[in-house]
Amino acid sequence: MFLINCPYCGERDQSEFSAGGEAHIIRPKQPTEMSDDQWAEYLFMRKNIKGIQFERWNHSHGCRKWFNMVRDTSNDKIHAVYKMGEKPPV
Amino acid sequence: MSKNLRIPNNKFIDQTSRISFKFDNKTFYGFKGDTLASALLANNIHLVGRSFKYHRPRGIMACGSEEPNAIVQVGNDASMTEPNTRATEIELYEGLEVTSQNCWPSVNFDLGAVNNFFSPIIPAAFYYKTFMWPSNFWKLYEYFIRKSAGLGKSPTEPDKDIYDHRYLHCDVLVIGGGISGIIAAKIAAKNNLNTVLIDDKNTLGGTTIFQENECFKINNSYSNKWLKKEIETLKSLKNLTIKTRTSLAAYHSYNYLLARENLTDHLDINEKKDKIRQRLWKIRAKKVIIATGAMERPLIFNNNDRPGIMLASSIKKYIDYYGVKCGQKVSLFTNNDSAYETAISLNNSGVIVNSVVDIRDKTNSLIVKQAEKLGIKIHWKSTVVNTNGYKKINSIEIMKLSDDGSNVLGKKIKEECDCIGISGGWTPRVHLFTQSGGKLKFRDEDNVFLPDKTGLDQISIGSCNGDFELDQVIKNSVKLTNKFLKVNNNDFENLEIITSKEIDKKNIWLLPSDKPLGKTKPFLDFQNDSTANDIKLALREGFKSIEHVKRYTTTGMATDQGKLSNMHALGIIAETAGVKMGELGTTTFRPPYTPLTFGAIVGRNVGEFFDIIRRTPIHDWHVENKAEFENVGQWKRAWYYPKDNENMHEAVQRESKAARDSAGILDASTLGKIDIQGSDASEFLNRVYTNAWSKLEIGKCRYGLMLNEDGMVYDDGVTTRLSENHYLMTTTTGGAANVLSKLEDYLQTEWPELDVYLTSVTDHYGTVSVCGPNSKKILSKVIPDLDLSDKEFPHMSFKNALIDNIKCRVMRISFTGEHSYEINIQSSYARSVWEKCYDAGKEFNITPYGTETMHLLRAEKGFIIAGQDTDGTMTPVDLQMDWVISKKKYDFIGKRSLYRSDTIRDDRKQLVGLLTDDPKEVLEEGAQIVAEKNKQPIEMLGHVTSSYFSPNLNKSIALAIVKNGKKMKGQKLFVPMQNKTINVTITDTVFLDKENKRLNA
Amino acid sequence: MKNKYSIFSLIKNAFSYHENWQRAWRDPEPKKEYDAVIIGGGGHGLATAFYLAKKHNMTNIAVVEKGWIGGGNTGRNTTIIRSNYLWDASAGLYDHALKIWESLSQELNYNVMFSQRGVMNLAHNLQDVRDLKRRTHANRLNGIDAVWLNTEEVKKFCPIINTSPNIRYPVLGGTLQRRAGTARHDAVAWGYARGADAMGVDIIQNCEVKGIKRSGNCVEGIETTKGFIKTKKIGVVAAGHSSVIANMVDLKLPLESKPLQALVSEPVKPIIDTVVMSNAVHAYVSQSDKGELVIGAGTDAYISYTQRGSHDVVEGTLKAILELYPIFSRMKMLRQWGGIVDICPDASPIISKTHIKGLYFNCGWGTGGFKATPGSGDLFAHTIANDEPHKLNADFNINRFVSGDLVDEHGAAAVAH
Repeated sequence: MFLINCPYCGERDQSEFSAGGEAHIIRPKQPTEMSDDQWAEYLFMRKNIKGIQFERWNHSHGCRKWFNMVRDTSNDKIHAVYKMGEKPPV
Repeated sequence: MSKNLRIPNNKFIDQTSRISFKFDNKTFYGFKGDTLASALLANNIHLVGRSFKYHRPRGIMACGSEEPNAIVQVGNDASMTEPNTRATEIELYEGLEVTSQNCWPSVNFDLGAVNNFFSPIIPAAFYYKTFMWPSNFWKLYEYFIRKSAGLGKSPTEPDKDIYDHRYLHCDVLVIGGGISGIIAAKIAAKNNLNTVLIDDKNTLGGTTIFQENECFKINNSYSNKWLKKEIETLKSLKNLTIKTRTSLAAYHSYNYLLARENLTDHLDINEKKDKIRQRLWKIRAKKVIIATGAMERPLIFNNNDRPGIMLASSIKKYIDYYGVKCGQKVSLFTNNDSAYETAISLNNSGVIVNSVVDIRDKTNSLIVKQAEKLGIKIHWKSTVVNTNGYKKINSIEIMKLSDDGSNVLGKKIKEECDCIGISGGWTPRVHLFTQSGGKLKFRDEDNVFLPDKTGLDQISIGSCNGDFELDQVIKNSVKLTNKFLKVNNNDFENLEIITSKEIDKKNIWLLPSDKPLGKTKPFLDFQNDSTANDIKLALREGFKSIEHVKRYTTTGMATDQGKLSNMHALGIIAETAGVKMGELGTTTFRPPYTPLTFGAIVGRNVGEFFDIIRRTPIHDWHVENKAEFENVGQWKRAWYYPKDNENMHEAVQRESKAARDSAGILDASTLGKIDIQGSDASEFLNRVYTNAWSKLEIGKCRYGLMLNEDGMVYDDGVTTRLSENHYLMTTTTGGAANVLSKLEDYLQTEWPELDVYLTSVTDHYGTVSVCGPNSKKILSKVIPDLDLSDKEFPHMSFKNALIDNIKCRVMRISFTGEHSYEINIQSSYARSVWEKCYDAGKEFNITPYGTETMHLLRAEKGFIIAGQDTDGTMTPVDLQMDWVISKKKYDFIGKRSLYRSDTIRDDRKQLVGLLTDDPKEVLEEGAQIVAEKNKQPIEMLGHVTSSYFSPNLNKSIALAIVKNGKKMKGQKLFVPMQNKTINVTITDTVFLDKENKRLNA
Repeated sequence: MKNKYSIFSLIKNAFSYHENWQRAWRDPEPKKEYDAVIIGGGGHGLATAFYLAKKHNMTNIAVVEKGWIGGGNTGRNTTIIRSNYLWDASAGLYDHALKIWESLSQELNYNVMFSQRGVMNLAHNLQDVRDLKRRTHANRLNGIDAVWLNTEEVKKFCPIINTSPNIRYPVLGGTLQRRAGTARHDAVAWGYARGADAMGVDIIQNCEVKGIKRSGNCVEGIETTKGFIKTKKIGVVAAGHSSVIANMVDLKLPLESKPLQALVSEPVKPIIDTVVMSNAVHAYVSQSDKGELVIGAGTDAYISYTQRGSHDVVEGTLKAILELYPIFSRMKMLRQWGGIVDICPDASPIISKTHIKGLYFNCGWGTGGFKATPGSGDLFAHTIANDEPHKLNADFNINRFVSGDLVDEHGAAAVAH
C-alpha cells in the first residue's frame, strides 16, 4: 500500500488514488492525418516498462486532481510526483 | 491420568481460579492464565491430533504460533465453531469446548491411520504418478482424496460475531514485547516519539520474563526480575501505547502494516456476546522496529514425530511459566546450549532428567557446567537413532556419532522416558522483514538467515537480528535503536550482565540412524507429513529449486507455513545438492504471519454495510406505494408498481398503456447530472460528444452521444444550455461517475487550456418526469404561470420556473416518445413536487411507472439504452445513429477510430428491430440470431438486446444487433432456443409513431 | 525412454525405498544452436515445446526460463478451467484447450488432476442476467455445454451460497458449465516439462534472456546469462514480462502488466464442491483437493512487476466472499500472494507472428491464461512451426489493434478468469 504525496494535498494513503497508466502520451492534435498504425500506437501500444516509469495518477477520493508520478515498477518505489504540465524530473 | 503434573507457580497463572473445559467431550480442569496446550499437558494429554497424510498420532510440540501439530476445532455451534486453531494459542476460558481434528472415529482410534501402513507406496507427490486409470475415474479417486484431506470443519451457519477496523498512525511501531522490544519502546517513547508496542501474547516479556537462572543475570538479579522492573517503568511512559494479544499479520510496502487484536477470544463464553471479537489495525508507521525474536528448531531424526516429543524451550516455558511438567522422566536431545536451560529448570522443579543427548563433543560453557554440577547426565557426541511408543513416546535409542557425523557407531543405549525435549538451535523470525520486501543474508557460523537490505525505514533488533546472548541482545538493541531513531539514550549503559556463552557449535541437518534412510521416518513438516526422504526423492527426480521441492513435497505448506520445517528443508537440499545454503536462497514468506480470520479482514463491511445504497429523494414514496426495486449500480430504482396481485408483466402492461393513453410519472433522479460552466464549455462539449454544440441556443436541449477513444459508444444523455457558458449534462444512471472522471481526465490532462469547470450535481436535484398526452394539462396545474405552448416551450427546450416559490428547471424532453416534461428541483423538495404532480394528475389517471415500463416505452420508439443495446463493441454507425455524428467537426473523442479498416466495414453488426412471426411470442433478451434453421454449429449473426410485449402495439417487439442488419430489412431470420426455434423478421428500429406526432401532441 | 508412472511403478519403487526414480527432466547446459527457442518456462511455454516436439517433429529446441519452471503465473493462479466464452473466436480457442484437458493426464502420463466439477457464474443484476443468457445461448450454438440456472437451481447446485433476496445484490441466477473445473497447476508445468524432455527438448532453468540478436528483419538468436544461443525462431511466452522482451527489439505491445492477487484459507473438510464466480460482486472461490478455499482477488490498476498488490484488493474480495458465503467469516486466510498479469485492452490474448521474421509472441492472457494452457501451447506450436497461425488463433493476431477487429470479452465477462 503506497503512501502517495499528492502535489496538492500532501501524503495520503493509496486508497484515495486511482492509477491512470503511462504518462506523456499526448493525444494527437491531428488524428485524421494519422495512419491506422500510428493511431493504434497512440491508442493501445504501451512501453509497459519494468523500471523507472512516468505515469499518471488521480487523487480521485481527494482533490480529484490528476498529476504525474515517477515510480520504479520493479520495486514500486516512488521517486517523484509533479503536477500536470510541469516538466518531468530527470 | 490423574498424575499431578502441576507444580506450584503463581507468577503468570492464577492457580486459585479453576476453569473447566471440554476436550473431545470430556471435561478437564485448568487455571486462569493457562493455554489449552498447558492445561492439556497438565492433564497428561499429549495426543491431540492426527497428521494430514498418514494420520499419525501427533502431540503438542511447541508453545506458540509455530505449533504444527496441536490444532483443534474450537466450539461445536454451527455458526461459531472455528477450525484449525492452535492449542498453544488458545487462552483457557470457562466454557471452552474443543475437539481434535482429522481423525475418525476418534483421535485415539483413527481409521485413517491405515494410510500409515501404505506409506511405503505413497511417498511425496505420489498422486502425480497414479490415479490416471481408467481415465474417467479421477472424479471418484478425487472424492475419497478430498474426504480424507482437509483438517477441521468449516462453520455451516453465518458468523454472529462482529469484527472491526481501525487506523493507527505512529512515529515508531515496535513489533514484539520481548527484552529487545521493551528496550526499543522505552528509548523511543522517552524521546518524545509517539510509540506503539505490540505483542501477540497476553503479557510482555518474551522468554526472558520467566528466565530465572544463575547463568543469566543483570545487575546482580535474575534477568526476569530486571525485565519485570523495566516493564513497570514502561507503563508510566506518556508516548507509549502497548497492545497485547495483538499479532502483526502483514507487513506491506511503505510501512503499512496489519495487526490483529484479539478482544474476546480469551473471555468466558458468556462474556463474549455483543462485543467486538477481533480488530484489525491498519497501521502506517514512520519507523518500524522488528523485535520478533527467534524460534527453536527441532532436530530431524528417525521417528521424531511421536506425541511427547517437544521443543526443549517449550518444555521450559511449560514448567517455568505455566507450572506444568510435560513429563515425569524427560530426556533432552540437542545440538546447542539452550536445552541445558530446560534441563536445569526441570531438575529444579523436581522432574527426573534422564540425560541430555548432545551431538557435540564435550563443551564447557557456563550453563553446561551448571547442569553437570546438578548431576545431569550428558551423552556427548551422540544422537537419538529411534524413538518408540505409538500414541506417546516411551523410550529413545541413543548411539554415538562418527567423527564426521554421517554415521552412528557402537552400542545402542535405550533410555525410557515419557517426554523428550529437542533443540536444533534457533531461527530468527525474519518473516515480517522479508514480507516487507527485505533481503536476507546467511550466517554460516550458526546457519541462520538474517535481515540484510531493506528499502524501508525499519530495523530488526535482538534475536530476530541474530543476537542470541543476553549481553549482545541488550547492547546491540540499545545501540541499533539509538542510531535508528537518531537519539542518544543512556538508560541501559553500565549494566552488569552475566550470561552463559555458547562455545561450541555443531549442526547436522539430518541425523543418521543405524537403519538405512529409506527405512526411517525423519519428519520435517509434522503437519503435512513430509520427511527428509521426500526431500531427497524430489532432488533425485530433478526438482532443484527450493520452491519446486517445497511444492513437490508440500513441505512448509501446512497451516504453520513451515515455521519449524523450512530451515531443515533448505539444509538438506543444500547438503544433498552440494551447494552453500546462502546461495540456495529461501522460499518466500507470504502474509499473513499467522492465519488471519476472514471476518477480521472484512471488518464491518458485511451485510447491510457491504455496499452503500443510493436512494432517490422520492424513494420513500415508492416504498409506500409498494414498488418493487431494481439495483442499478448502487442505486435502488423503482422497477414496477404491482397493484393488487399483479405480476411484473401485468403491472408493466398496465403502466405502459396508461403512459401512452393518458399520463405516467417516473422518478428520473438517478440519471447522472454534471454541471458544466466556463467560457469554453461549448468547445468542450464539441470535443466530448459526437455532434456539434456551439450553435445550440440558450434554453435548448440536445441529445449527445459520447464515445470512447476507440470509437465505441460509451454513454449518452440530454444536455441543456442553461446560459451562454453554462450547461447541464445528463448521463446514464450507471455511467455517471465514470463519465465525470473521464471528462475531468481530458480536461485536466489533454485540454488544460480550456476554461471549463465540472461539478457532479446528481445528488443535488431530484427529477420528476411526467409524460403522456395529458402531461401538459397536469403541468399547467402544477405550474400555472408557465406558458406551455409549443411556440414558447417546444420540444427539446427548457424553462426556469417556480413551484411554491422554489426554483426549478423544467425540460421538455422525452425518452418515451410522448409529450413529456422533466422537472429538476433541489432534492429536499423533490418528493413534494412528485406528490403535487401526482395529485394534479389524478383526474387523468396518472400512473407511476418504473424502469421496466420506461425500457418498454423507449423500445417502442427505438431509443437505445447504452449498456443494454450496446456492449462496448458498437459504433454510432452500427447503431444507425449516423445523424448524431457531426460531419463538420475536425475531431471529437473517438472520431479517428471510426475510420479504421474494421470499424469502417459496412457489414458490421448493426442495430435493427425484430418482429416475431407469432406476435405473442416474446424473445428472450440475450437470445442468438441465425440465418438457418436446425443447424449446429452455426454462425451467429447477432443477438436480441431488448425485448418486450408492447401493449400499445399489441405485439412483441425487440431490438437486436445483427451482422449486416442495415441491409436486411424484411429478411426472415431464426432465434434458436433450447427446445424450439422462433421465426423473426428484421424491421426498422422504430415501432411506434415514426413521425414523432405524439411528441408534439 | 522415461519410466511410465502408475500404481505399479509406485509399488515397485517402494521396494527400493524410492531411490531409483528417474529424473523428471534433465538439467542441460544450452547447446550452441537450436531450431527454435521458447522464452519462458511456464505452462504455456512448456506446452508449446511439448507440441512442437510431438506434433511438428521439432525436437532440437529449448525452453529458457529466468527462474524455475512453473514459477510464474502457472504456480500462482486459482486453476479455473472453463470454455464458456462469448465470442466464437474465444469459444473456439478455449474449448480446444478444454478438450485437450480432458485427456491430458493420459497424454502426459502425469496426473494433472483435472477435476470437472463445474464452474458457475452468478448474475446479480438484470444486465448480468441478459449478458449471461446471451453467453449461454452463444455457447450452446457453439457446442459448448452451458446452461442457465435460476436462483433455486443455483442454490441446489451449491447450497452454501447465500441466495437470500435480502442481500445487497441478490443472486438472480447463473450459468453453469459442467465440463469446466480445476486442475493441479504445478502438475501441468511438470507434466509438460517431463513430456517435452523425454522427446529431447532442453529445459534450461536459471537462464535469463538479456537480448535478442537480429540481422535485418530476422532473428538470429538470444543473449542469455548462460551465453549466446543461436536460433531462427523465437517464441516468447513470458506473460507479465512480455513487454520486457518486446522492448529488446523495440516492439511495442498493447499490454500492461499489473498485480493480481490470490489467497487460500486453511484446509478444511469438503464444503464447496464446485467453482463459483461472480463478476458483479467480484468473488470467486473453489476448494482444492487439499481442502483449502482457493480465492481469487482482482487486479490493481497500476503497472507493477513486484508480484505484490495492495491490501485493499484482498479486503474487497473477502468482503464479496462473505457477502455470498457468510459461513466463511471464521475461516482464516493462510497465505496470500501476487502474480504479474499482462492485460490486453480487449481482455483477449495475442498468439501471433510479429513483423520481425522468426519472432512470435504468445501473451496478453491477463487474468485467465491457465485454463488455455494446452490449447495455447498447441496453437502456438502450430504458428511457430508453420510460420502461419492455426485457424483457431488467427483472430488473436497483433494486427487486430490496428484494424479495430478486437475480440472484446469485456462485454460479457468483465473479468476473464
